Amino acid sequence: MAKQNIDLNVNGFTYRVAVEPWRSLAEVLREELGLTGTKVGCNQGDCGACTVLIDGRAVSSCLTLAVEAHQRQITTIEGLAASPDQLHPIQQAFIDHGAVQCGFCTAGMILSAKALLDQNPDPSEEEIRQGIAGNLCRCTGYVKIVEAISAAAQTLRGPREER
Amino acid sequence: MAMPHFEHHQPTSLEEALDILTRHGAEAKLMGGGTDLVMKMRAGALEPRHVVGLGRVAGLNRISYRDDDGLVIGGSTRISEVAAHPEVRRHYPALAHACSVMATPQIRNMGTVAGNLANAAPSADTAAPLLACRASVVLVERGGRRQVKLTDFFKGPGLTDLEPGEILEAIRVPAPPNRCGSAYQRLSERSQVDIAAVGVAGFVALDLAGAIIGVRLALSAVAPTPVRCPEAEAILEGQIPTPELLRRASAACVRASRPIDDLRASANYRRSMVQVLSLRVLEQCLALAKGEASPPA
Repeated sequence: MAKQNIDLNVNGFTYRVAVEPWRSLAEVLREELGLTGTKVGCNQGDCGACTVLIDGRAVSSCLTLAVEAHQRQITTIEGLAASPDQLHPIQQAFIDHGAVQCGFCTAGMILSAKALLDQNPDPSEEEIRQGIAGNLCRCTGYVKIVEAISAAAQTLRGPREER
Repeated sequence: MAMPHFEHHQPTSLEEALDILTRHGAEAKLMGGGTDLVMKMRAGALEPRHVVGLGRVAGLNRISYRDDDGLVIGGSTRISEVAAHPEVRRHYPALAHACSVMATPQIRNMGTVAGNLANAAPSADTAAPLLACRASVVLVERGGRRQVKLTDFFKGPGLTDLEPGEILEAIRVPAPPNRCGSAYQRLSERSQVDIAAVGVAGFVALDLAGAIIGVRLALSAVAPTPVRCPEAEAILEGQIPTPELLRRASAACVRASRPIDDLRASANYRRSMVQVLSLRVLEQCLALAKGEASPPA
């Protein structure tokens, strides 16, 4: 069956790619666009490693058909920072708080955190835990991840709101 | 298991979607968020030749509420959109709660309420609250529309009244009366992310004297389809609620269940939990109806 031409708008760049309709967005990001920051863990929507943002909402790219993402705005971990030599405050907070161990869940975890903080700039610990409920980490026990997201939230809100 | 090879369609109007469906008949599958369909295709359980994505169909993604007409949820409206909608939260707390605790944030951002119903899992989290709120589904085909009560929609595990060539266009829920409350409780072994092992939803309305003048209880994950509990409802209808009456009704809910043993829970555990959750749901509904509690923020 024929490939379909689609426009994937990823991190502000538009890529015209020809894809088979049954391929997942995660596969196309990794294999066609070389954006391997997006990880595939369970490949069934349980683990959250493949989380990307589509039109600002966190979704599982392993369950999203690439053709369904045609002309949508996609953000992957590669596009989070303002420029290639910088880190986004959430990324920096993960480093500062030791929230990365093996690293496999990190990209998805940070994108879920980004979606959460965009909607709720001052989440409680419970709200942070709910926000990352779809992202499994088998190393950290989550405590440092929650601390990192809380610290990033504070950084993103700016110094005036520090108490 | 490799994905089956199919052609993918993204119609932008209902007419176009119905044309594609009619042209391809049983070889076509409708896709909402894809969270169930992609998994079934990857597992080899479904091998459609055509997949019709509903995400770009104009007019299908909507939520509207009117006091005279109730709630309308469009066929491509995402679960997270329903969970966040202020009128849903105010008037249908059971549904809002189900839509905010089921699955994961990612799945709720992808999956649709219509898809959750059409997939017809016995454990479908939106089914019990919608049954308790007397929802109907609007099914459209090229020749016209029909409205089916949700109680008549589920036919078995994975089976519904939806015919090939039909699209679940909308879910309609009547407006709630004054002095009412609704609630949903679910249990699963591994946090909320896991599929529910038991789900119970309820709706109770009271008259000015405090007697029950409308009550519905619905169960999920404890029978081949989500089910109502007519015996329990009959026990409560017209009565002034007392702890003893609620106990008898929750025991009657157990008799409406037909649970199985599976990896999520034993049938015996499910029966025990139907009774516990039914009682809690009724207490929550009554607290809301009496104004002693407000819907969760």
